[in-house]
Amino acid sequence: MFLETRNLTKSFGGLTAVKEVDFSVDKGKINAIIGPNGAGKSTFFNLISGVHKPTSGQIKFKGEDITKLPANKIAKLGMARTFQTTSLFENATIIENVMVGHRLRTKSNLFDAVFNTKRLRNEERESYNKALEVLEFVGLLDVKDQLVANISQEEKKRTAIALALATEPEIVFLDEPTAGINPEETAALAQLIRKMSENGLTVCLIEHKMQMVMSLAEKIMVLNYGEKIAEGTPEEIQKNEQVIKAYLGGSVHA
Amino acid sequence: MLMNKRIIITFFILLALLFPIIMPNSYYLYIMSLSFIWIIAVYGLNIVAGYTGYLSLAHAGFFAIGAYAFGLLTTKTEIGFWPAFILAPIITTAIGTLIGLVSLRTKEHFFAIYTLCVGYIIYLVIDKWESLTGGVRGLIGIPALPDLGPISLSAPTSQYYFVLFIMLWMVFIAYRLVHSLVGRTLIAIRNSETLALSLGISTTKNKLLSFMLSTFYAGVAGTLYASFIRFLGPEISSTTIMFDLLTYLIVGGIGTLSGPIVGTLLIVWTSQTLQFLQDYRMLIFGPLLTLIIIYSPRGIVGFISGLFRNRKARKKVAAVQVEKQV
Repeated sequence: MFLETRNLTKSFGGLTAVKEVDFSVDKGKINAIIGPNGAGKSTFFNLISGVHKPTSGQIKFKGEDITKLPANKIAKLGMARTFQTTSLFENATIIENVMVGHRLRTKSNLFDAVFNTKRLRNEERESYNKALEVLEFVGLLDVKDQLVANISQEEKKRTAIALALATEPEIVFLDEPTAGINPEETAALAQLIRKMSENGLTVCLIEHKMQMVMSLAEKIMVLNYGEKIAEGTPEEIQKNEQVIKAYLGGSVHA
Repeated sequence: MLMNKRIIITFFILLALLFPIIMPNSYYLYIMSLSFIWIIAVYGLNIVAGYTGYLSLAHAGFFAIGAYAFGLLTTKTEIGFWPAFILAPIITTAIGTLIGLVSLRTKEHFFAIYTLCVGYIIYLVIDKWESLTGGVRGLIGIPALPDLGPISLSAPTSQYYFVLFIMLWMVFIAYRLVHSLVGRTLIAIRNSETLALSLGISTTKNKLLSFMLSTFYAGVAGTLYASFIRFLGPEISSTTIMFDLLTYLIVGGIGTLSGPIVGTLLIVWTSQTLQFLQDYRMLIFGPLLTLIIIYSPRGIVGFISGLFRNRKARKKVAAVQVEKQV
């Protein structure tokens, strides 16, 4: 299995945000996690990417146990993610922001910086080229020299994805990639997500926009009150009684 | 733009080099040399607070550690001037590393409060450990700069050049750092630690590096101060000095490369000219600082570069519109 969680649980004090979730991501596919507000989707993402440590359970990535690894080590293994709100450096250009995404694949240290060594210059060029490559991929090449402060919300979302791609990941987690943008832009971003998948990336996203998830994802997991209530293809999810109840506001425990 | 920048930088370096000839007044030279020393310290503060986003309020403490390390090495041991000159910043950085390891476990305002306490403890240690530091009576008898081969470093002019030389090096190192991948890494941490971590950056390691470097700058500045003033009192580690340094940085532009120079020179010279007002000077600096924080959080330099950037952006937009019309 490419990525899987077993009995993954996270409690914040008395509140169990994620409860014994078994989940697996299929390699090369677009996976999605959906659920009503407060269902624990973001927490689940944070657990997998190492931002939070699980209370119990296990996470395996490419056969390796990553449950206790810090977020930066997990990123090095080839897992990237975006956040609902990406804090980019507003006073720098898009490309300057994206360049740092490749930092984890470089080795230059303080010594290299002070003496402007060959290694540093090579790695700077490498990072720059990588940034160009991913900006072209997400379609931001012509605005690469714009200040982030001056670009649109949609372009910021694309920049965030470019930043994630610059880390050279095998799997990308997108946390609500289309929150706060209009339907037209949403369609364009869906296109980009499909393109990522076609290029061999495994994608896993959290999304509220049902229509988009149903048309995009090949495998969906539904969370409600921190528990997995369904998992399957879009067709299966659409027919699932429990999912309909959760979304229409009925109580699962009723 | 790059060309312009080079011309401006060369102009200011030339101006600094010619300053003793334009103003052959030893008092002015003294003020200027002292400003250069503060500038080095402010650059250190800028690395940790401006670029990494960790407001260290123990900076004056490290400045004092550097100064006292040098003072004690030259007055109480026989290792000689130059070995002490090199050893003092290293000692400061070593102590800084130990304190960094502990203090960087906290974040944001907790970090600021923690380091404020560290700074105060450093002050207390210097003030109360009389047998070592001389306590409130201070530390006297620090030797003057010895001749460097055929070059005499005792005259105010040569001291001025010596301090200027070291300052330029320290600024150059800061420049290299900020424009390198290492600098970008620090900026990424400032923007969002969670994001930096998810990009595979070891925030723990980089924050410690930044903190160490800032204490090294403080140590160099302190060492220069001790060899220049040749008398040390515990008040150099006081919160007054700390907030002076912070004011220089904020007025000049926190997180900007030329901010420390602009802020320090501006405030030092304004307070010189406003000396007749005595403590009422603060009536001018207080509101000035407040206004800058409200209207230009990145100080004077941030404000000016913002103007330039807007103009450039407008030109670009205009150019695009013209293209569309054609």
